Amino acid sequence: MSVTGIGASVRRKEDHRFITGQGRYTDDINRPGQAHAYFLRSPHAHATLNRIDTRAAAAMPGVLGIFTGEDLAADKVGGLICGWMIHSKDGSPMKAGPHPALAQGKVRYVGDHVAVVVAETLAQARDAAEAIVVDYGVLPAVTETASAAKAKTQVHAEAPDNTVFNWHLGDKGATDAAFKAARHVTRLDIVNNRLVPNPMEPRAAVGDYDAGEGAFTLYTTSQNPHVARLVLSAFIGIAPENKLRVIAPDVGGGFGSKIFIYAEETVCVWAAKKVGRPVKWTSDRTEAFLSDAHGRDHVTHAELAMDADGKMLAMRVKTTANLGAYLSTFSSSVPTYLYAPLLSGQYDIPAIYCEVDAVYTNTAPVDAYRGAGRPEATFVVERLVEVAARQLGKDPAKFRTQNFIRKFPHQTPVIMMYDTGNYAAALKKALEIIDYKGFPKRRRDSARNGKLRGIGFSAYIEACGIAPSAAVGSLGAGVGLWESAEVRVNPIGTVEILTGSHSHGQGHETTFAQLVSDRLGVPLENVSIIHGDTDKVQMGMGTYGSRSGAVGMSAIVKALDKVIAKGKKVAAYVLEADEADIDFKDGNFTVKGTDRKLDFGSCALQAYVAHKFNGQDLEPGLKEGAFYDPTNFTFPAGVHICELEIDPDTGVTRIQRWAAVDDFGNVINPMIVEGQVHGGIAQGVGQALLEGARYNADGQLVTASFMDYCMPRADDLPSFEVGMTVTPCPSNPLGIKGCGEAGAIAAPPAVINAITDALGHEDIAMPATPQAVWRAAQKTLSRMAAE
Amino acid sequence: MANLSMTVNGKPVTANVDPRTLLVQFLREHLRLTGTHVGCDTSQCGACVVHLDGKAVKACTTLALSCEGASVTTIEGLADGTALHPMQEAFREHHGLQCGFCTPGMIMSAVDIVNRRGHDLDEKTIREDLDGNICRCTGYHNIVKAIAAGAAAMAGGSVKDPVPPRQAAE
Repeated sequence: MSVTGIGASVRRKEDHRFITGQGRYTDDINRPGQAHAYFLRSPHAHATLNRIDTRAAAAMPGVLGIFTGEDLAADKVGGLICGWMIHSKDGSPMKAGPHPALAQGKVRYVGDHVAVVVAETLAQARDAAEAIVVDYGVLPAVTETASAAKAKTQVHAEAPDNTVFNWHLGDKGATDAAFKAARHVTRLDIVNNRLVPNPMEPRAAVGDYDAGEGAFTLYTTSQNPHVARLVLSAFIGIAPENKLRVIAPDVGGGFGSKIFIYAEETVCVWAAKKVGRPVKWTSDRTEAFLSDAHGRDHVTHAELAMDADGKMLAMRVKTTANLGAYLSTFSSSVPTYLYAPLLSGQYDIPAIYCEVDAVYTNTAPVDAYRGAGRPEATFVVERLVEVAARQLGKDPAKFRTQNFIRKFPHQTPVIMMYDTGNYAAALKKALEIIDYKGFPKRRRDSARNGKLRGIGFSAYIEACGIAPSAAVGSLGAGVGLWESAEVRVNPIGTVEILTGSHSHGQGHETTFAQLVSDRLGVPLENVSIIHGDTDKVQMGMGTYGSRSGAVGMSAIVKALDKVIAKGKKVAAYVLEADEADIDFKDGNFTVKGTDRKLDFGSCALQAYVAHKFNGQDLEPGLKEGAFYDPTNFTFPAGVHICELEIDPDTGVTRIQRWAAVDDFGNVINPMIVEGQVHGGIAQGVGQALLEGARYNADGQLVTASFMDYCMPRADDLPSFEVGMTVTPCPSNPLGIKGCGEAGAIAAPPAVINAITDALGHEDIAMPATPQAVWRAAQKTLSRMAAE
Repeated sequence: MANLSMTVNGKPVTANVDPRTLLVQFLREHLRLTGTHVGCDTSQCGACVVHLDGKAVKACTTLALSCEGASVTTIEGLADGTALHPMQEAFREHHGLQCGFCTPGMIMSAVDIVNRRGHDLDEKTIREDLDGNICRCTGYHNIVKAIAAGAAAMAGGSVKDPVPPRQAAE
């Protein structure tokens, strides 16, 4: 391993600009003549828009234009789309209502977009928005996930019973039969709480229109600018792709929420042409709470059947998923194909059957948030497994081990073919790190101090490397999920990598350069990574689902292989040898059995000057591209163990120790991978202990600021002990599985299993706030006193 | 409109501003010092932390006019020319940042913690004193390490000195 190659904890190349304040985020971009947009949002969760009177507002100082849904319709601007078709059990397509970028006729959640004001300054736009008079016909709101299908209020006429689809996966007959034969059944009702992603950089957009070229440019906070361009062109109809450039510069976190194509970006780029000025919008934090796509929000009943020895026989799951007021870009895939196929967890379960009802409510749209479906599945599996172990009187570690899948490849009953893994090895290592044997003593020590100590396990699996295009196409995806790469070798041997992946904190400028440095033998500083600009990178699918390593870097490998193959041809001419005799290693082309060599930079120069070969026999230049389509998902897996202490007097839960052992396959940069694990755990702990988006019965979001929605802070968390096991992924050239979501997937059940262990209760709802834990702890104390 | 003069990163600046202009707006929009970020508008997240006469303040809830005659240091003014401040170097060395958006505020708060609490910081002190800064990416693990190392380096040590994680006594 070189000091900069694959496997080295190289310090990040991108950091210098971030630590010196030279990062370039969308809100840092200002175009000459720029105007500012402010969105007038609905204060009602559900209302008819009887009349919007903009006359007084239009006369306010600085106002350049006020637009409503009627203006978009008049310009034939299409609605926002959901790109994944799900079919119900009866074969009917999902029932989707229209999703205009500015509301038409009706508003359906608090924060829905009523009108946009474009003015010289933001303050003028805000002032004018206040002068718009809207006559709302307020309607009753439906906000509860579990009861939405029975509500009298209908969010969309197109979806009777507020039901988008009734979907299922698995073999119902085999599952029901296994339950009949079971000796023990564990049953659990589970709520997966609604979360707000809250990347620290709020969404922003700057739309620009070049009248001379008839071309638009959109600067935006996107995880996938090419998909944004595709949707804005092909479906929304802003402009053809060749007349629309989308640039996502530095992006300050995403966690899924910046995958989607939203109303504000759409309106800004369209409005730039209407007012003949660049138009900028930056979300404030409350707007982000109201209008960024939320995550999770499932209500589930789950059952696990076992034989007399505790061998798992079958699982049955019925989930209602809240998709909010409109179908966001990938919303329909999250509670279906990103959820149910993971219900086998790490366990050999012969039969699984899952039903999912997706409902509309008068709440913000719900879509992918870090993990997307997989945290929800893991929470179901790992809570069921933990409760089952306790009911059977088995040690939770031994019960898991008893049921682990041991032979690979393993076909689960829910689509997935796990390619490789070693689940027992990860559990063993995690038990060692946490010192499981010492736990009873630590528990006694806590008890002596009046504290309740608990330990909780989570053996998670996820499907990453999203995804084989034909496979997802057959499941309803509207796009292929390959990735692209282009390797441009400059004449003096520096290298530019153009990738369709994008980075919003993952450190691609470093890890991708490490790969190139490793393969081509060029210094790290001679490699530049270019991403996030549709004019530079031709096409790409972006970054989400922990796919940039497994899919994005595989595309780079494929293109690098082509560069090396071309380099060998050039070297053969220069070194006057047969191409078959040319080797490439450590940055040098050599002739087998001789000391003749040509370094990579000299080869590049020779490729461009083209003096040593006939340009008709071999094309000059050294530039290659590749599209890589994965052949399978990848299956990162691991075991997290949380040990915590509860103060029964205050209900405060303090996490004492956290052991994380993950198998991500081969690792490019351990420092960065560990950082991803840390951040994921923090978000998972946030879900379990602190975070919860709450709508009241009127549909008001009562947790719409950082003062009402509890974000994890430094003193809510411990330091983490991170270990790794490695079974290389067999389906991609680097053996990578992906690491971006693992912590967020693993953490919530580990925390809740630990709290319920400490309290001796079967369940506690997330977030397990001090108040909730205090109430539960009082029951524990009464019971202990009675004993 | 009102006249305003202050010193920013050692340079005198004057401007004629709308009286409701916030310090962060003045820095970002008038001076184009875009390293200071806005992550919320309720003094919660700390992405906007700058030093006002040597003390950390949240620039998103400070009126620019209230800083008349003051000396402001932003993230752009922390390094000594091309030589990074030890705290900047420590964040890089210990991978104390991912997306980078909270980072300027984190670094400015971290320097302020050292100014207030000294160079020998344990984990509990760092975590409690970081209460005004939110990071969504890192889980704080490496930020805590970076601040401990940066604090030591500000006293003349190296940021690469190993910093053993010290679990705070409960």
